[in-house]
Amino acid sequence: MSSTEGQQHPLGIYFQIWILLFVLSGASYAVDYFAFQGYLRWFLIIVFMMLKAGLIVSVFMHMIWERQALVYAIIVPPLLLLVFVGIGTLEGDYTYLTRDIFFGGAE
Amino acid sequence: MTQSAQAAMVETAPLLDGTPGVIADWSSDQRAFKKTPWGKAMMWIFLLSDTFIFSCFLISYGTIRMSTTIPWPNPSEVFALTIAGNHVPLLLIAIMTFVLITSSGTMALAVNFGYRKNKMVTFWLLLATALLGALFVGMQAFEWTKLIVEEGVRPWGNPMGAPQFGAIFFMVTGFHGTHVSIGVLFLAIMAVKVIRGKMDREEPGFMTGRKQDYGMVEVMGLYWHFVDLVWVFIFAVFYLW
Repeated sequence: MSSTEGQQHPLGIYFQIWILLFVLSGASYAVDYFAFQGYLRWFLIIVFMMLKAGLIVSVFMHMIWERQALVYAIIVPPLLLLVFVGIGTLEGDYTYLTRDIFFGGAE
Repeated sequence: MTQSAQAAMVETAPLLDGTPGVIADWSSDQRAFKKTPWGKAMMWIFLLSDTFIFSCFLISYGTIRMSTTIPWPNPSEVFALTIAGNHVPLLLIAIMTFVLITSSGTMALAVNFGYRKNKMVTFWLLLATALLGALFVGMQAFEWTKLIVEEGVRPWGNPMGAPQFGAIFFMVTGFHGTHVSIGVLFLAIMAVKVIRGKMDREEPGFMTGRKQDYGMVEVMGLYWHFVDLVWVFIFAVFYLW
């Protein structure tokens, strides 16, 4: 181990995050099992998704223990994807509208 | 050493031409990611690029699903299983999710025991991770077979609704499944390296000739957790939405 700075942490935190991930997965499955619909469903799906993603990246992938230079280099660029999501939404709506007009109504 | 002194040193050093010059110029810059082994930094940058690829897929999926005038097949119904006469929605996918999360946990522990230089435990945890990954791929193969043979889903159409469903489904889950398969392969290689004591003896690697250490297990872990991470997003926006 000449140059490597190892990420050494107590085991307990891994088990805690592991259990949390199980609970959150169970919760997102419950959203489908109990057939929540509409905005409540989408809200819950997104919340559970972001929580799980955050736990995996920060603890399992050790991001909270890395230097900030690395954290920013990895976390900031994906934020641009939000712009892409916005463009995709506009494009999707527009395509739906033109299809609706030219190919007859939505079923 | 001050910054100006560093700059002066760089400028007085003899400059190379041609290809060696390109390499020397690019590698002469100072190190940006302090205390981070370059293997880990490179894995993070690879994962960043992979993030953009998967995001492109998922955003196209969103755009396609929004733009179709024919109703989207209900994933809850499409992926339902009938167990002993009971109709359970999305059961297989839920089990796959738990399998992948379990494998992520064993991977995290493998990294931890690696840094403790506990060879045997690291080996068995890596092996367990690989087996869980293989189980995931197996379940995915089962799911694909069911969809293709029984439900008649094709990339160009399906009996349930919007024809784009098959194309985007096979594309996204296929690409993710490929990542899992490659991960399983590398986990197996890493497990063998560990049990043979290559990390303990810091033997030169087969491909790179660099000294091997338990940091490699962490880099492997980053890839594996990323595969789990992508599944979190696929599970949410494709199966649950």
